[in-house]
Amino acid sequence: MITNPRAVDRIAIRDSLGYPAITLLASMIGFGSLVNESGLPLGMAIAGTLGIWGLPGQLTLVEMHAAGASAFFVILGVSLANARFLPMAVSFMPLMPSRRKGMASDFALVQMLSINSWAAGLKRFPEIALELRRRYYVVFGAICMSSGLIGTIIGYLGVEMMPREIALGLIFMNPLFFAILLSGVNNRPSLIALLIGAPLGLFFHIVLPDFDLLLTGIIGGSFAFWIAQRWPQSDNSP
Amino acid sequence: MTTFSYLGLTLLTFGAILGTYFWRGMGVLFASRVNSAGAVFQWVTFVSYAMLGGLIARMVVLPIGPLEETSLLIRCLAFATGVIVFLLLGRRVLPAVLIGVGSFIAMIFFQVLLLSS
Repeated sequence: MITNPRAVDRIAIRDSLGYPAITLLASMIGFGSLVNESGLPLGMAIAGTLGIWGLPGQLTLVEMHAAGASAFFVILGVSLANARFLPMAVSFMPLMPSRRKGMASDFALVQMLSINSWAAGLKRFPEIALELRRRYYVVFGAICMSSGLIGTIIGYLGVEMMPREIALGLIFMNPLFFAILLSGVNNRPSLIALLIGAPLGLFFHIVLPDFDLLLTGIIGGSFAFWIAQRWPQSDNSP
Repeated sequence: MTTFSYLGLTLLTFGAILGTYFWRGMGVLFASRVNSAGAVFQWVTFVSYAMLGGLIARMVVLPIGPLEETSLLIRCLAFATGVIVFLLLGRRVLPAVLIGVGSFIAMIFFQVLLLSS
């Protein structure tokens, strides 16, 4: 059991500076370049990265806005795209309890939660003393967020300096990153929902472009839910 | 392309941030008090995944913006390359993304060469 704060810092830095920081840097370079190419301001890219802090929701914001959806549907779409934060926070926050009563700081800390910190916490927490887990989470999350922020700015400013082929490649990175990150989920019903959603999304985009993603989500998600109820599984990771 | 209203975009972005924080905040409120595998949560998660599946497909097949100038065939081939590399080579995200994007850039580059020759 690790009880030394310095040691916790070192582990958090080592865990975050490798794979998570590089992945976030790369994916947010893609996001930043997309925001620029969509003709939107840098401030929106930065606010999107730090405020939403989840690639699916960030892409939903830019894409639905570019598709001309009304603000109400864009916000609803972004919100639904991020619904996985609910089960994630419910299962994760109790793993790093606060020493003081109340949960005011939890409401601030939960903003840093992402699939990276969630996975790192689940893996490391068992070897870290209860009162130092928040420290690990904050150091890990701060490095991840800085990396994402730097990536966003590099992507936004860099895409204009790139040869056209590479700039297009950076934008193409968005759907690919997105698909690969999501298909890595070890939860079969979620993957089924993803696969059902793909053709539905194309269909509704052509037939009812104003409501395409919402209809896709509700119809495809309900169908996947129906399938999952018929073939229950024990694994329920978000 | 600077025909946007800053106020409108600020409100939109702020709304999107609040719409996201809603789930995070609810998660803190409900933490350890509800079963995260409950039926409603499960349904919302599936709705979210189906929506994202639809968005990915649309971004690849019917993109809006700069990717419109690339060919559908190249987009689909590069996308399939990335996903197949991911599934076959030990599910490592970064190599798969780099190979997929690299194949996309290479194909656009050679297409331009072919068309101009």
